[in-house]
Amino acid sequence: MDWQASALTLKLATITTAILLCIAIPLAAWLALGRSRWRLLAEAVTVLPLVLPPTVLGFYLLVALGPRTGFGRAMTALFGHPLAFSFSGLVVGSVIYSLPFAVQPIVAGFGAVDSSLIDAARMLGASPARLVRTVLVPLASRSLLAAAILSFLHTMGEFGVVLMLGGDIPGATRTLSLVLFNQVENFNYASANRTAGLLLIFCVAALTVVYARPGTLAAGPAIDGDRRVNPHG
Amino acid sequence: MVELQLKVRRGSFSLEIDCKFAALWTVAFGTSGAGKSTLLRMIAGLDRPDSGRIAIHGKCVTDTEVGLSLMPGKRSTGFVAQQSALFPHLSVHANVAYGLANLNEADRLKRISEMLELVGAQHLADRSSRSLSGGERQRISLARSLAPMPRLLLLDEPLSALDADARDIVLTRLQGWLMEKQIQTILVTHDAADALATEAEVAILQEGKLAALGPARIVLATERQRLLERLRSN
Repeated sequence: MDWQASALTLKLATITTAILLCIAIPLAAWLALGRSRWRLLAEAVTVLPLVLPPTVLGFYLLVALGPRTGFGRAMTALFGHPLAFSFSGLVVGSVIYSLPFAVQPIVAGFGAVDSSLIDAARMLGASPARLVRTVLVPLASRSLLAAAILSFLHTMGEFGVVLMLGGDIPGATRTLSLVLFNQVENFNYASANRTAGLLLIFCVAALTVVYARPGTLAAGPAIDGDRRVNPHG
Repeated sequence: MVELQLKVRRGSFSLEIDCKFAALWTVAFGTSGAGKSTLLRMIAGLDRPDSGRIAIHGKCVTDTEVGLSLMPGKRSTGFVAQQSALFPHLSVHANVAYGLANLNEADRLKRISEMLELVGAQHLADRSSRSLSGGERQRISLARSLAPMPRLLLLDEPLSALDADARDIVLTRLQGWLMEKQIQTILVTHDAADALATEAEVAILQEGKLAALGPARIVLATERQRLLERLRSN
């Protein structure tokens, strides 16, 4: 078992999920509640990684993050090294690749919150940020959990983007999916079986957690007991 | 005073209003689908008219010509809908506190206590909002909307879940308090008895248009006669 690759995969999935939740919550709120005419275009772009071949996405990211583009040079200046073929680059690629898996459940969860509650919060002077923090997030907590788990699992299993953007550098960009690919390529089926089994068990366990909370994937609003929380906090 | 000149079209429904609500207590009366709730939502800023202008106490809050639409929370307006819309994950206390973010803790507690007393629900403060009956929910919704001390209160059949006696008690107490605080109120109802029970200015809405505006006894004279005849025949 390649423990280095396992640790790297878990680290990549954890960081990607944390970043995704920070991006996806405000984005999903804008998509679910916004009135802008750009909303439909933004939703289409958000979903694009679902239908785009991972290698295509990986290729464009490789070019965009390389030294030939202004963005790539800016990223190099920011991180102190080129993002292509680095762990930081993998994080950027994973965030974009898994974006729909984070955004879609949250949009569905926010959309399922009773609109009269949203009206009430707006009438009581809640800013958009406060509305999200004190009404939408607590009531759509199951959707947030679903988004986090799906993003985590999807990042753990990604292959095309990782290979195109990160190469296969042990300790830096070699994830479990790449280890599995290498093992199969070398006809080492016993090791491949163990690696595949580990990924499978992890995914089944995580999905069991999701389904153990009824309604999580249905993305309906959650009302988990009563909380006398400070709505101004 | 609320000044309205607005046009709204939603499918086959249209609302066209040009009037001023100057009385402290106005009852908007009309059958279901007459446009009463839509009217309140436009004043509250929850919906936008296709064209027109709305001014509350002399301040323009909506003007489609210049693209102005003040956010609902910036209109100093309270809104209580029939479905109460309490936040289910918060207690009664936290629900009433929601609109009091600008008050310090001591003032906030005092205001919450005052509002709950006004609607006769002090004993419910620590209850879960999900555990309340329909009538209790409506009382708390009313307290929550009044807590920030709006200058205009919009009531969309806010006490429909209360029995007649309880509704009369709350309404009488509420009217006295609103008069004392000089908070203008527009109450929507489809029940002529509600409109006649108060010495209010009455606006009759019919198919999206203002059919009449004036004192209840004059504007609702026909309705009053019909109700009296029904009582006699019973």
